[in-house]
Amino acid sequence: MKLFQIRGGIHPDYRKEQTSEKPIVAMPLPAALYIPLQQHIGAPAEALVAEGDLVKKGQMIARSQGAVSAPQHAPTSGRIAAVAEIPAPHPSGLPQLTIILEPDGKDEWTVLPSPIADPFTVAAQAIHARVAESGIVGMGGAAFPSAVKLTLGTQKKLDTLLLNGAECEPYLTCDDRVMREYTEEVIDGARIMAHALGAPKIIIGIEQNKPQAIAIMTKAVASIAGVEVVAVPVQYPMGSERHLVQALTGRETPARKLTADLGVVVHNVATARAVHHAVRFGRPLLSRVVTVSGGAIRDPRNVEVTIGTKVSDLVEFCGGFAVRPERLVNGGPMMGQPLPSLDVPVVKGMSGILALTAEEINDSPTNPCIRCGTCVTICPCGLSPVEMSSFIRKDNLEIAAKLGVMDCVSCGSCSWVCPSHIPLVHYFNYAKGMLNDQDRERRKNDRVKTLVEARTIRIEKAAEAKKAALAAKKTAAATESIPAAPAPTAEEKVNA
Amino acid sequence: MLMAIGSLTAMGVTLGTILGAAAKFLAVEENPLEEELKALLPGSQCGQCGYVGCAQAAVALAKGEAPVTVCPPGGKAVIEALAKKLGVTADLSEHEEKGPEHAFIIEDLCIGCTRCLRECTTDSILGANKLMHTVILDTCHACSKCVAVCPTEAIVMQPINVTLGTWHWSKPESGQHLH
Repeated sequence: MKLFQIRGGIHPDYRKEQTSEKPIVAMPLPAALYIPLQQHIGAPAEALVAEGDLVKKGQMIARSQGAVSAPQHAPTSGRIAAVAEIPAPHPSGLPQLTIILEPDGKDEWTVLPSPIADPFTVAAQAIHARVAESGIVGMGGAAFPSAVKLTLGTQKKLDTLLLNGAECEPYLTCDDRVMREYTEEVIDGARIMAHALGAPKIIIGIEQNKPQAIAIMTKAVASIAGVEVVAVPVQYPMGSERHLVQALTGRETPARKLTADLGVVVHNVATARAVHHAVRFGRPLLSRVVTVSGGAIRDPRNVEVTIGTKVSDLVEFCGGFAVRPERLVNGGPMMGQPLPSLDVPVVKGMSGILALTAEEINDSPTNPCIRCGTCVTICPCGLSPVEMSSFIRKDNLEIAAKLGVMDCVSCGSCSWVCPSHIPLVHYFNYAKGMLNDQDRERRKNDRVKTLVEARTIRIEKAAEAKKAALAAKKTAAATESIPAAPAPTAEEKVNA
Repeated sequence: MLMAIGSLTAMGVTLGTILGAAAKFLAVEENPLEEELKALLPGSQCGQCGYVGCAQAAVALAKGEAPVTVCPPGGKAVIEALAKKLGVTADLSEHEEKGPEHAFIIEDLCIGCTRCLRECTTDSILGANKLMHTVILDTCHACSKCVAVCPTEAIVMQPINVTLGTWHWSKPESGQHLH
C-alpha cells in the first residue's frame, strides 16, 4: 500500500523494550474500587446506586446523561461503601464524584445483555446501542464515547475504518501487547465496528517498531477480505488520528473538521477489543490493559487492571518504586499529564502509568530563544510555535488564535525539540484554555442579552395590555352608569 | 391639461429637492462610537454602573463622562476592551478583580416574597408567592440586584468554582524576560 509523507514530527528515544516483551498479567482485585462518574469526554454519568447497595459484577451503577456521555458498571460484585468526592486522575487534582465499591470476593456476574450471535446481519443501530450501554470509550487516551463515534456513518459517507495501532508514544506498549495476545478479539471487534459504521474497508495502521504485532496481525487478516495491515513509519506523532489518516490515505483533515468528513473514522485497537466483548458476550467495559513503566518502577510490565483500582495498588503490584520517582505521568511521556498523587483511580482512558527518574526527564532551565526555527520545521500541524508563544507570553491571545493555536494538537514535539527548553506546548495549552473560557463567556453573554431583550418586550406588552384593559373597563363602566345614553358613535368608539 | 401637468411636475421636483437636501443637511448625527461601545458592554441592563442601562452607559463613555472601569460585572476583560476602543490607558489600581460569581438563595431564609423575581433582568430566579425561590445558575450574570432587595438577606453571592470541565493550565512562569 502506498504511504504518504506527513509533515514534521520527531524521533524520540522510544524505551519500549522495558515492557514490550513481557506478557500481559492480570492484577487481582484490590480491597476497594473507586469508579469516577466521569471517565470520558462529555456529561458525567448519573449514579444509580447509594451507600449500602449490593451490586453484581457488570451491573450498571451510573447511567449516561445526554447525547455525549457513557455509563459506568460495577467491575465486581460487592457493596457500595459510598458515593463521594475524591481526587480525579487529572493534573488539577480536583475532586469528582466517585462510587466506592467494596468487593465481596465472590465476583458474581449480573444478568448480562444476551450476546449478539451474528453481529454482521443485525442493524447498525443494535451495535450502537450495545456499545453505548457497555460504557465503551476511546481507550487510546482521549476517552470519547465510542458509540457516538460509531453513529457517524449515519450522517456521513464513510469508506474506511482505520484501526489505530500506531502507539507512537515512548514507553507505552499496551496496544502492542493487546494486538499480539488478543489478535482475534481485536480483529473481530474492528469488523463489528466497520459494520456499525457502514465502512467497507478496514486498515490497521501499526508503526514499524512493532514487527511482531505487524506479523501476527498480517497473518490473522490474510484470509479476511477488505482488511489490511499497514506498517507505518516510526515518526512521532503518527498515532494522532489526523496524521495517521494523512499517512495512509494522503488526505489532510481541514482545521475544525473531522476525519469522518474525509470518509475515515479512527478507533484504537483496545477499543475494538472492548467492542468484541460487549457484542459477543454482552460484557461491559470493566478492565483495561495499562503499561506501568519508567525507570523508577521495580518491575515494569503490562497489567490487565480493573477499572477503579487505585494507582498506588497498581504500582505496588508492579513491585513498587526502586528509586524515588521524579515525576508521575498518566499516559505517555509526550502527551501524558502529570499525576498529582498515586491516590487516584485507574480510569478507562488511562493507557500508561509512568514513574520517571530525574535522568529520564529533561528539566533544564529555560533559555532565550535563539531563533533556530526547528519548532517550525517539526510542527506536524504546520504551525509556527515560536511566533504563537511570543504572542501568548504577552497575553495577545487574539493574534495567537489567528495564527492557529486552536489547531495545535498538543503533541509536544516543539517543546521536546527546543534547544532553549522553552515550554512551548505549555503556552499553547494555556492559550487554548483561555480562549475556551472566553468563548464560554461570550456564549453566556449572548444568552443573557437575549433573555434581557425578551423580558423587556414582555414587560412592555404587559404594560400595554394593562392600559388597554383599564381603558376597556372605563368604557364599560361609563356605558353601564348611563343606561339611557345613546350608543356611542363611530368617532367616540375610536377615541375610546 | 398641459398647464396642470407642468405645474404639478414643477412642484414635485422643487419639493423633492428641498426634502432631499433637508434629509442630508439636517440629519440627526448619531455617534457610531456609542453603538460600538454598547456592543462591548454585557448588555444585561443591570444598572450597577449608575446608569439606566448599557446604552446610557455607552453614551456616557463616548462623551468621556464615565471611566472605563464603569462596568462592575464586566470585569477586567470589558475594561481592557473599552480602554482599547477609546484609546486610553485603563487605571486598574482601584479595580479589584472578583472571580466569576452567581447569586445563591439560602432556602431556610427565603419567605417567598417574589421581590427578587421582579428585579432579575434575565428571569433567572424561579419561584412564586409564598413558595421558595431558586436561582438558575446558567443564566445568572451576577448583577447582585436581587441581593439588595431581599428583605431577609437570604441571597448571597457565591464564587463559581473551577471544575474538571473548566480547569486549564495556567501560564508558564519561567522565561518572562526571555525569547
